[in-house]
Amino acid sequence: MSATTKTRTAAEGRTPSTPAQASTAARLLGDRRLPVLVTAGLFLAMYIGGLSRYQNYGFGEPQVFLNLFIDNGYLLVAAVGATFVILSGGIDLSVGSLIGFTTMFTAWLVERQGLPLLLVIPLALGVGAFGGFLMGYVIHNFEIQPFIVTLAGLFLFRGLCLVISKESISISDSTVSSMAQTRVPLGLGELSIGAVVALVVLAAAFYILHYTRFGRRVYAIGGNEQSALLMGLPLGGTKIAVYTVSGFCSALAGLLFMLYIQSGDPLHAVGMELDAIAAVVIGGTLLTGGSGYVLGTLFGVLVLGLIKSIIQFEGTLSSWWTKIATGVLLCAFILIQRAMTARKQT
Amino acid sequence: MSTPSATTPARWRALTHHHLFWPVAVLVALLLVNVPFTPDFFAIRMADGHLYGSLVSIVLFGSPLILVAVGMTLVIATGGIDLSVGAVVAITGALTCSYISDQADQNALAGVFLAMGIGLVAAVVCGLWNGFLVARMGIQPIIATLIIMVAGRGVAQLITDGQIITINSEPYKLIGGGYWLTLPFSIFVVAAVVAVTVALTRRTALGLLVESVGGNAEASRLVGIRSMRIKIMVYMFCALCAGIAGLMISSNTSAADGNNAGLWIELDAILAVVIGGTSLLGGRFSIGGTVIGALVIQTLTTTIYTIGVPTQTNLVFKAAVVIVVCLLQSPKFRAKVFGAKGRARVTAPAEPATPADAAPKMEVSR
Repeated sequence: MSATTKTRTAAEGRTPSTPAQASTAARLLGDRRLPVLVTAGLFLAMYIGGLSRYQNYGFGEPQVFLNLFIDNGYLLVAAVGATFVILSGGIDLSVGSLIGFTTMFTAWLVERQGLPLLLVIPLALGVGAFGGFLMGYVIHNFEIQPFIVTLAGLFLFRGLCLVISKESISISDSTVSSMAQTRVPLGLGELSIGAVVALVVLAAAFYILHYTRFGRRVYAIGGNEQSALLMGLPLGGTKIAVYTVSGFCSALAGLLFMLYIQSGDPLHAVGMELDAIAAVVIGGTLLTGGSGYVLGTLFGVLVLGLIKSIIQFEGTLSSWWTKIATGVLLCAFILIQRAMTARKQT
Repeated sequence: MSTPSATTPARWRALTHHHLFWPVAVLVALLLVNVPFTPDFFAIRMADGHLYGSLVSIVLFGSPLILVAVGMTLVIATGGIDLSVGAVVAITGALTCSYISDQADQNALAGVFLAMGIGLVAAVVCGLWNGFLVARMGIQPIIATLIIMVAGRGVAQLITDGQIITINSEPYKLIGGGYWLTLPFSIFVVAAVVAVTVALTRRTALGLLVESVGGNAEASRLVGIRSMRIKIMVYMFCALCAGIAGLMISSNTSAADGNNAGLWIELDAILAVVIGGTSLLGGRFSIGGTVIGALVIQTLTTTIYTIGVPTQTNLVFKAAVVIVVCLLQSPKFRAKVFGAKGRARVTAPAEPATPADAAPKMEVSR
């Protein structure tokens, strides 16, 4: 968390002219890091609540915590991609379909065509990134709303899944299963390859967003596209790159999902884009763009994952409570965001 | 207008510039595609007092989509969007069916009406919530309606307890699968809703107010239009339409499926609105275009079935249609592709979106 303090974004000079009058609450509300802190606090509270309630059922095991990464690694990667898009003020609805398509595509190439996995992985990533590039190209060059273009992407990739095969393809390739079963020991517990990759992606995204020129452009465009253009920032290139990143992340998430579930299915990850967007919003990124942290996304994903594990531990709650809890959280965080932005405008 | 040589191109241009020309042309072309594959495509025959035929079934299966799309048109006209309609469809169906299934006599008219009332009230409450978030709290429509889109399916499954509730109620069956005066009853429901909507929006000032709010909410407020109230009303109307569609879908299958009822109908509805020529930026709408857009989508689905293309390519086709329609609507695309020749036409008033009104359309919040 300490690392987020290093980022400085546009509104830093907006300190109240009379500090004596501004109450601490107002200053706190104006702080861009507040949503991330709230989410982190919520995660801690939920974790402690879970600890006290299910202590006798082994909730306190470090592995339960690490399992959050193992079970949600793909979602984390997808949500990191979505963070880029949302920070730039856009939206990407094709995430879930692209994940489903990647599982199908790799399963088909590995199982039916007999290609080695090492060849298939870059191919799948390339297809995903190219899909994202195309969507970004259309969004920028023809000025069509991102919503509708990525909607077309959603249809296209889900349709391509079904074109490959209507039935699910299970993967029995030995490389895949050995990769899926590899565990990285971590002292207190172990992580899967997927979780490690997800954390690496997170670290890379953190670096790119906060320490590179590209990252700053993403924030600038999300903050105000017109100003960014007037400042001479390469609007088109950045926008297209953002969607390419999202496509790449979705494809990578698809590969991790394929490792996690070891099959390709045309109905894999239906609606995953909503989970990804929800995780980003819960993580405190403003949906209007320009403000937010990729670390918040991590906590958003962890909160969603924790809801799932708590429901599993509870045992009597049905799976649809996950959706309701996600919706309620989403609502709460949107209202918090609203309160924050309203404070800024006055 | 004196010589025929002058009037023909003038008429032709007036025709092609009519805002419904391209949607209708696409619809007709799609219908004609069917003819070589099924020669009696346009034939409508009578069988035990009902009319049967491809055209009838297109309207029958397309009616929930038309309803949802009509509601969506008004929401989009105010510059918003409603993603929650699919979830509302599921909630309405679930509530109504679970109420009917608890009745001792599932055929009792009073019980069925009460059940439908409960379902529709729930739908309107969802719409009120959406409208409240969008108009009162000033939250982006995509996000505000995302809440019910995510949570609503959970609620629907909660109502049905995760099961698919099946019912056996003759009166309820009528609304989505029954026949009246030889035609499917749902056609009459759709016709009534469309007629009421057109009358309310085009015969009263309501349509103008909706367009004005979509054009510039803040300016409308300043000239004395209660834009907040208009927005809330529009979301409630959209949810009501989705509710009626939910009744139809659950009645057609005599079952409520919290998970799959109305799945992706919001995307189809938005697509129908876009095909119909309503700009996603708001400020203008065409109910007629939307109805035709919805029919285009349903015809596309039917065509894919009848000409023997594998059904799984349905989504790919849809994606292609979205892309083509959007590209054609994009002024920049037309300027690039059709060049100087097309530029004169691009500025024609019938076009749905011009860059001029795209620029000042920023999110207005208060």
